[in-house]
Amino acid sequence: MDTETADAQNTSPSLHMVRKGIATGFPIMLGYLPIALAYGVLAKQAGMSITELTLMSVMVFAGASQFMGANMIALGAGTAEIVVATFVLNFRHFVMSLSLMNYLRHFALKWKLPISMGLTDETFAVSALHTDEAKKEKGSYFYLALILTAYFAWIVGSFLGGILGDVIPEQLSQSMGIALYAMFIGLLIPSVKKHWRVGLIAVIAMGINFVCSQFMSEGWAIICGTVLGGLSGVFLLKGDEQ
Amino acid sequence: MIIAIIIGMAIVTMIPRIIPAFIVDKLQFRDWINSWLGAIPYAALGALIFPGILSVIPEQPVIGLVGGAVAVLLAFLGLNVIIVVIGAILTVFLMTM
Repeated sequence: MDTETADAQNTSPSLHMVRKGIATGFPIMLGYLPIALAYGVLAKQAGMSITELTLMSVMVFAGASQFMGANMIALGAGTAEIVVATFVLNFRHFVMSLSLMNYLRHFALKWKLPISMGLTDETFAVSALHTDEAKKEKGSYFYLALILTAYFAWIVGSFLGGILGDVIPEQLSQSMGIALYAMFIGLLIPSVKKHWRVGLIAVIAMGINFVCSQFMSEGWAIICGTVLGGLSGVFLLKGDEQ
Repeated sequence: MIIAIIIGMAIVTMIPRIIPAFIVDKLQFRDWINSWLGAIPYAALGALIFPGILSVIPEQPVIGLVGGAVAVLLAFLGLNVIIVVIGAILTVFLMTM
């Protein structure tokens, strides 16, 4: 588009990358807001104060585990129990972070550290499918802006959910529950169109996750699907990497 | 007490996320590990989509599937991710009327 090239020429590369990062992170914002609102409502009902529930979003920044944490607080579970369950549920981010950091390995630690701290399922998925920016000048601004867009939406949404309560009609908030899944699909399909084997990797991971989820917790099942599904890529992507 | 829970959750969430940032430039991976790590995003997307999408409306898993199918279709047509997301939301909204 003309505006984009004009933008790239007239503004500094850093500003250009920040803008691009915000635009790329926008779908995550759209997906996070309703979920964050729902989390805020639930956490309030679980007996957490507005400060506590917002602080949890600031410090933890991991949707599923915050829902679980709020539920367990409501049930009166112990600290150790909640912390261990959180670790299990979020350990998948280790695998995702290893994959993303391998792409960004040439970045300085002062960039890699904040980017890895802001890694969620969603920021990982979007970042890992936009690896071209990693090679461009000031690419680090792109990833950080993308993550901060998502982070900001998550915190503001939680806070608003806590103070406003159920403001979104139930049918709408229920429908918006598909937003992040649709975003994942919207990220995956363009890659599948380019390399059909990528779709095969995803389907294998789906199958493994589905089978594993019959007899283990959600956290472990996603890890198995991701790790073993990714392993199929070693054979499937042989030769046509990149 | 809740503050202790929040701090504990923050620590165990942050550590797995940041360890790779510290170690990745000290490691040289073999080719197959690099292609494995390269395939992780696609595998993760698969594992994050299914079977989770069935629980969008827990009592009616088919609604999540139809919403997902609409998203696949819109994405195949080359539409922007935002349109894909809005299309799927609308589908679920109409199906739950």
